Amino acid sequence: MKLWLPFAASAGALLAVASFVGAGWDAPPVATDQLGFRGTGMYHHRDVETEAALKAANVAPPAPWEADPSGDKASALYQNVQVLGNLSGDQFNQFMASITEWVAPEAGCNYCHNPDNMASDEIYQKVVARRMIQMTQSINVDWKAHVAETGVTCYTCHRGKGVPAQVWSTTLDPKPAGNMTSNRSGQNVVAVNAGKTSLPQNALSDYLLGEKPIRVHSTTALPTGMNPAGTKETEETWALMVHMSESLGVNCTTCHNTRAFNDWDQSPPQRVTAWHGIKMARHLNVNYMQSLTPVFPANRKGPEGDVLKIGCATCHNGVQKPLYGVSMLKDYVDAVAVKGSTDVPNFSTYIPGKTEVLGGSAATPVTQP
Amino acid sequence: MALLSFERKYRVRGGTLIGGDLFDFWVGPFYVGFFGVTTAFFAALGTALILYGAAIGPTWNIWQISIAPPDLSYGLALAPLKQGGLWQLITVCALGAFCSWALREVEICRKLGIGYHVPFAFSFAIFAYATLVVFRPLLLGAWGNGFPYGIFSHLDWVSNVGYQYLHFHYNPAHMIAVSFFFTTTLALSLHGGLILSAANPGASLDEPGKQAEVKTPEYEDTFFRDIIGYSIGTLGIHRLGLVLALNAGFWSAVCIIISGPFWNKGWPQWWSWWLELPIWR
Repeated sequence: MKLWLPFAASAGALLAVASFVGAGWDAPPVATDQLGFRGTGMYHHRDVETEAALKAANVAPPAPWEADPSGDKASALYQNVQVLGNLSGDQFNQFMASITEWVAPEAGCNYCHNPDNMASDEIYQKVVARRMIQMTQSINVDWKAHVAETGVTCYTCHRGKGVPAQVWSTTLDPKPAGNMTSNRSGQNVVAVNAGKTSLPQNALSDYLLGEKPIRVHSTTALPTGMNPAGTKETEETWALMVHMSESLGVNCTTCHNTRAFNDWDQSPPQRVTAWHGIKMARHLNVNYMQSLTPVFPANRKGPEGDVLKIGCATCHNGVQKPLYGVSMLKDYVDAVAVKGSTDVPNFSTYIPGKTEVLGGSAATPVTQP
Repeated sequence: MALLSFERKYRVRGGTLIGGDLFDFWVGPFYVGFFGVTTAFFAALGTALILYGAAIGPTWNIWQISIAPPDLSYGLALAPLKQGGLWQLITVCALGAFCSWALREVEICRKLGIGYHVPFAFSFAIFAYATLVVFRPLLLGAWGNGFPYGIFSHLDWVSNVGYQYLHFHYNPAHMIAVSFFFTTTLALSLHGGLILSAANPGASLDEPGKQAEVKTPEYEDTFFRDIIGYSIGTLGIHRLGLVLALNAGFWSAVCIIISGPFWNKGWPQWWSWWLELPIWR
């Protein structure tokens, strides 16, 4: 009996049905932005239903109240206020109310604070939060080339969750079978952070933590033998680029005329913003996230034990301008649009429950970008 | 070109689709016919418009001449001549010329009493072109989604449109189309090699110094039966070639019509259905 034929035909038919039913096709109408000269094919198509859902999911919440900047400073009113001490009491309470809604709306104040001693640093989340406030201040002051005057707040990433939904860490899963298959360079598995491609799954570590050269493009039409980058390096770069595109809900032509990826003169200006964004994400991961490694408990780390890190999607959440470009900063200017103390405790000697005082003997200054 | 001796008896009147005896004659070796006239009209007008577009453009460099479609802001309306209107007229001329040519092929088929395989095959090429410059722009709501008419510029368009979907090799219909293209060339190379080896068998083994006799299809069949256990045969290989080539063109059209109108994310994301199959999800 030749049974393979009906079996193969059935399997093929089932897969065809699955691909039609399961793929989630879009349907016209399609909204299109023209990004380049007519006829260059530099367009951005957006499905209108998907776009409407994104718009609904990316709304900036209003401030709970307008804070009064006058009155005694928080540093005088409360104990152990090390970074936000220059805020007035009303500003401080407004920011604390907001940060609770942004990061821990269900757990409330106790997510970071011991209700019996609000000044205590015994809950590790408070130590992290202080560092994250410093990070937010640094982004808004030092990285205007990327965030412009729109700036960021905790909500840009956190969106009501203790851990932002879109973070990344090193993953080696699924584990290779061993022997000759051991070194696959992160390839041929589903790269979750590279748009579900089979491109290298840990490329973000190379570029948003390490400083591996991203530019693999030859600058001459014919090979000269001088370009050290091969297919492997190109696919790593491609993985980063797919991550950026998926994070922003855009495509390659948003930043590149693909006839010459390398050529700045032919690239849309968004590429400059993105270039600063890569540098910013790397700076934040190295100076803020990675140094917090001893503070985070194991269940707040990735499967390989590294901290959860910042990618483009962390802020952007599928939108080219996070929260569609709505600035939340104006209500929190004194809290996160200026820098407080930039001192850093030595987290390598972190002891849970012990209050660290910034600027003490163990403190090390943060590297400036 | 001289009339071949057997050709005269095929030069018969009738079989026209339109116009009766009008234009039902030959000029030298060429059948004219109503659709020959319309082909010539559209081809000449279209070419003249391309030359006009080149003349008002920035370059006479043959590689860089480009007639671009209108801005998206014109939607499905007519654009001014110098802002894409030329492209629209040239598209009309191109489709007019291609369709006229296919219908002229039909008329010749009818005169000869043969099947419509040639116009049928050519219609796939027209279908692929119309998909790019008519069907897809209609579905996307703007003529600006057509490709520009220029040697380099249309390649740049292909590149950018591919990268709109981050990694076009993940487009399932593109995969099928590419497979058919490669299979077409494989079949053609196998077939071409077989014909050449049968027609040029080299030195005779029986009579030193003489050429061997040209081999019959039985030899060709035996070769493939020996090497893969099956020979599709002299007629079959041409049917296979037609099926492969037409599928290549057809799936090319499918792969671009679904890009945009029916899929707006990166193509790698399309494969989520595979990752979420209940077998291993």
